[in-house]
Amino acid sequence: MLPDDRGHFGPYGGRFVPEALIAALDELDAHYRKAMADPEFTGEFERMLRDYAGTPSLLYDATHLSAHVGGARILLKREDLNHTGAHKVRNVLGQALLTKRMGKGRVIAETGAGQHGVASATAAAYLDLECVVYMGEVDTKRQALNVARMKMLGATVIPVTTGSRTLKDAINEALRDWVTNVDDTHYLLGTAAGPHPFPAMVRDFVRGIGVEARAQCLELTGALPDAVAACVGGGSNAIGMFHAFVPDESVRLYGFEAGGDGIETGRHAASITGGSHGVLHGSRSYLLQDEDGQTIESHSISAGLDYPSVGPEHAWLHDQGRARYQPVTDAEAMDAFALLCRTEGIIPAIESAHALAGALRVIPALREELGHEPTVIVNLSGRGDKDMHTAGEYFGLFDSGEVIG
Amino acid sequence: MSVSVAFEKARAEGRAALVGYLPAGFPSVAEGIGAVKAMIESGVDLVEIGLPYSDPVMDGPVIQRATEQALAGGVRTRDVLHTVEAVSGAGVPVLIMSYWNPVEKYGVDAFARDLAAAGGAGLITPDLIPDEAEEWLAASDAHKLDRIFLVSPSSTDERIAMTVAHCRGFVYATAVMGVTGARDSTSSAAPTLVARVKAAAGHLPVGVGLGVRSGAQAAEVGAYADGVIVGSALVSALAEGGLPALRTLTQDLRSGLTP
Repeated sequence: MLPDDRGHFGPYGGRFVPEALIAALDELDAHYRKAMADPEFTGEFERMLRDYAGTPSLLYDATHLSAHVGGARILLKREDLNHTGAHKVRNVLGQALLTKRMGKGRVIAETGAGQHGVASATAAAYLDLECVVYMGEVDTKRQALNVARMKMLGATVIPVTTGSRTLKDAINEALRDWVTNVDDTHYLLGTAAGPHPFPAMVRDFVRGIGVEARAQCLELTGALPDAVAACVGGGSNAIGMFHAFVPDESVRLYGFEAGGDGIETGRHAASITGGSHGVLHGSRSYLLQDEDGQTIESHSISAGLDYPSVGPEHAWLHDQGRARYQPVTDAEAMDAFALLCRTEGIIPAIESAHALAGALRVIPALREELGHEPTVIVNLSGRGDKDMHTAGEYFGLFDSGEVIG
Repeated sequence: MSVSVAFEKARAEGRAALVGYLPAGFPSVAEGIGAVKAMIESGVDLVEIGLPYSDPVMDGPVIQRATEQALAGGVRTRDVLHTVEAVSGAGVPVLIMSYWNPVEKYGVDAFARDLAAAGGAGLITPDLIPDEAEEWLAASDAHKLDRIFLVSPSSTDERIAMTVAHCRGFVYATAVMGVTGARDSTSSAAPTLVARVKAAAGHLPVGVGLGVRSGAQAAEVGAYADGVIVGSALVSALAEGGLPALRTLTQDLRSGLTP
């Protein structure tokens, strides 16, 4: 089972961090391995997921959507129904519980759209931990409601004014805090990226998505799905969905990256499709960079996918050909966003709309290849409440009051 | 010129070496070269040229602001190598301090080759630990460059021994937990860390970076370390007072180390 002992997924992953953090990463790795082998820890984690977060999330047979698009059976993994409205609650509960076990009383987190910040503040409140959230100053303005949520939950939100003042700079600032306060602080990293053991640890905390979906699909349809689809920014919801299916060779894995205005425009956040090998935020993976290795700012209509790199396990799955990664533009995602609202009465996160748009795009080819109507699971990783301002502006709902259609 | 030359000279004079840091391209490439030369003329024994990087997680606000300004001004990796070339004849060894990705993107062996050709002594890698440095170990051997890895107060004795074994030139002790930046008081953890490193380092010099900003602080650190590394205070001096302030601070720091 990857990664190796030093956190390498093939040539990716590893630890590209200041020496000052190595002791903390070693400590985290040791506690995490021990905790995952301890029935007391895993039992408590499962109890919190069940009783507090509301999992297993539903696998919903989207018959209206399926009928509308025709030629496929689309199943939605309803992570949007989890407490705090996204898959992220699984990761934060796991890491917060581990923080308690390590005897630390403070967590720090970074956030872009605010969802990981809200989830971290929630877990911290639930487990009585001090919580500080770093957020790019630009994002605090775009996501004022989520800033208020975090504060309501007792977290301190620190606007980051360095660099591009967005998610990547919030991560830099969180790393600086961690270097300074590592004795009593855990860095509750929000995605399956960063230095070892974060990519594997976050994956293990969110892998329940795929485990549940696999069992639910077998029960509902009597067979494995032909394909699963998820959106990919840093890659946590996607790796959570993919992991249980990796050994099932008949199941195609699709990761849909944020194509922004289109790969050819350079304004996107598709690090596998449009990036190259490099090191950022503690691990080697694909990233958006210029010819000098300086990070290029990413662009996406979805703040949650707006990240210039991707978790190392995705880089490895891509190179192995086990998962297929394709970009989805802002426009394609917003079309799928509107379609799901109208056919199923479900408002998805714009992140998740990328997964849906990508799935709809590949279904015809899949049907042709298989010779039958494919069953496709789409990970609906989050709900769209947080994105209504963006959607309202995109569809002109605030200007004219007209109904889209 | 290997950095050992600088440490041997200082040792012969019965003092610690003064190591000065400035980022390339700040406030411009040409002015940055002038600033490094001024620093050398004013008494530093060893120069670190920072390679400006978009995501400098080890740097505090002073150095980050300067490197952001350098990047906004269009500084490129080749300008950093040009800066090394322009100052390497001034009589003191010159190192580059760089986060790893720009080196990897340039090509590890090509970077080592071009750094050596520019007269550089070696490379300090704040986010590259020896565990991940296989390619750099080979390239630095091939091009006879010094390689300076960091140790920290949180490093175990085993990691200190391993890191020291891979260092050449000197060992960089980051003696406080935190990012770069001038501080009012020096660290009580520093002497302990230096003692631990020296136990493993044998004859290899140990340089300490912990926010020194005055001659008095330099004297305090120089009493137990082989090298006193100053960055943020010099960058601040240059940013706020130009070359005269940079010269004055460098002379003050150096006077703190003079027996």
